[in-house]
Amino acid sequence: MRFDLSNLRAVFAGDRHADRVVPPSGYTAQLTLFAAAAMAFLAVFALALSLAAGRLADRWGEELARSATIRIVAPRDQRAAQTAAALRILETTKGVASARALSDAEQQALLAPWFGEGLALDTLPIPRLIEVVEDATGIDPAGLRLRLSAEVPGAVLDDHARWRAPLVDTARGLRMLAWLCIALIGAAVAAMITLAANAALAANAQVIAVLRLVGARDDYIAQAFIRRFTLRALAGAGVGTALGLVAILALPTAGPRTGFLTGLGYQGAHWILPLLIPVLAGIVAFVATRAAARRTLKELA
Amino acid sequence: MIELENVAYSYGGGELLSDISLKLAPGSFHFLTGPSGAGKTTLLKLCYGALLPTAGHVRLFGADVRGLDRDDIAIIRRRVGVVHQDVQFLDHLDVSDNVSLPLTVSGRHAEAAGGDLGELMSWVGLTNRANALPPELSGGERQRAALARAVIMSPDVVLADEPTGNVDWDMSQRLLRLLIELNKMGKTVLIATHDLSLIRATKAHVQARVLRIANRRIQLAGADL
Repeated sequence: MRFDLSNLRAVFAGDRHADRVVPPSGYTAQLTLFAAAAMAFLAVFALALSLAAGRLADRWGEELARSATIRIVAPRDQRAAQTAAALRILETTKGVASARALSDAEQQALLAPWFGEGLALDTLPIPRLIEVVEDATGIDPAGLRLRLSAEVPGAVLDDHARWRAPLVDTARGLRMLAWLCIALIGAAVAAMITLAANAALAANAQVIAVLRLVGARDDYIAQAFIRRFTLRALAGAGVGTALGLVAILALPTAGPRTGFLTGLGYQGAHWILPLLIPVLAGIVAFVATRAAARRTLKELA
Repeated sequence: MIELENVAYSYGGGELLSDISLKLAPGSFHFLTGPSGAGKTTLLKLCYGALLPTAGHVRLFGADVRGLDRDDIAIIRRRVGVVHQDVQFLDHLDVSDNVSLPLTVSGRHAEAAGGDLGELMSWVGLTNRANALPPELSGGERQRAALARAVIMSPDVVLADEPTGNVDWDMSQRLLRLLIELNKMGKTVLIATHDLSLIRATKAHVQARVLRIANRRIQLAGADL
């Protein structure tokens, strides 16, 4: 049984005469449709998860990679002088786009989630924070640390690498996990279609014998089964995808300050991607049924 | 047309047929006889490529069957009409769809729905049963439908395996007349049967060669027939 584009065309062109030679299978057909729909529904969410995790990894990677923080931990009477010295060093440091010391109000706001509003900063030994924004070339953390240690003894540079890497790794891992889910869903569809096709072929061994007796070629016999299962997978996955997209659209959103979960959806051109799920399901069903038919027809020869 | 040369066939460790040589010339009429289990059905299956010989050569329309793939065999079967002992139909299709099945699987849909089908159904006397489902047919009707299906592609050869096995005398005579008519149209006919009265009844109408399988070998039957 050779493969060429005519095999695939025949699936969609159809042959009502060929379709009739295999008896209808009713109950199995409904199960195949349902399973394909359920898998497509899950695939829509796995794909959304993958894309959201990818966006998160990119955002964290980009935003945190281009900023650094300097803490000035010094006695109260030296803090302002050391802050000014650190800012002067930063002005002449390559890769720094801008640098500024956070005001008391800004530092108070950062601590508010832990200590509550109205914190009197002057009563606590809180270090002064300097926010450093890097340009495209980025800073050399080791070189900057050396300069700061020589001129500003109370300065501690945090280039965010220590906690940025695990966050980005986690997001990337989540994205990989979602792709793995999609691959598993595809494999499950292939397994389900193979089982159903094998059952249909075995149940129709007598039909196959009659068709061979009257001169039917293997391609003709296989096509009757391939077309049936491919169209079922395509239709089931189409319904499942549509329902999945409706469910995604129905998820609540909570504005720009939202986290990962509320950003679980499709954005822009990514809305096209779930539309490929039924097509992929159809291709998987086509390949799985074709392989099952080829194997069974060889065994029955 | 169909030629067997020193053919042997073994199954399950035992040899069913040995040193069989047979040539079916165009337009010839053959009977193949022998006791049940002698290997008549096996020999017929060798003649249309359903079985491969374990030794010797089977040539179908000039091509050695060992060199043919399943698609080649399928194409050859369109030139060989087979009436099986246990007639096989697609039970979900009506009689006319079953009879036209060889045309359908060859992509000749228009002919399958054409007037020739009606003529053929009339020839085998099944015009009124065209829309019946196979399980609704009697034994004789099933055999006639099988014969119609076997000849709808206008094959060069018709192979019939015990075509009168499940029918009464009148019906067997009717089927036989149809097969003789086919032979007079130039078709090669080979009938496997253990019914010697059928062979005697035929001899008055057509010159038939009678072959007998005995002790795994084929031999020309004597004057006792």
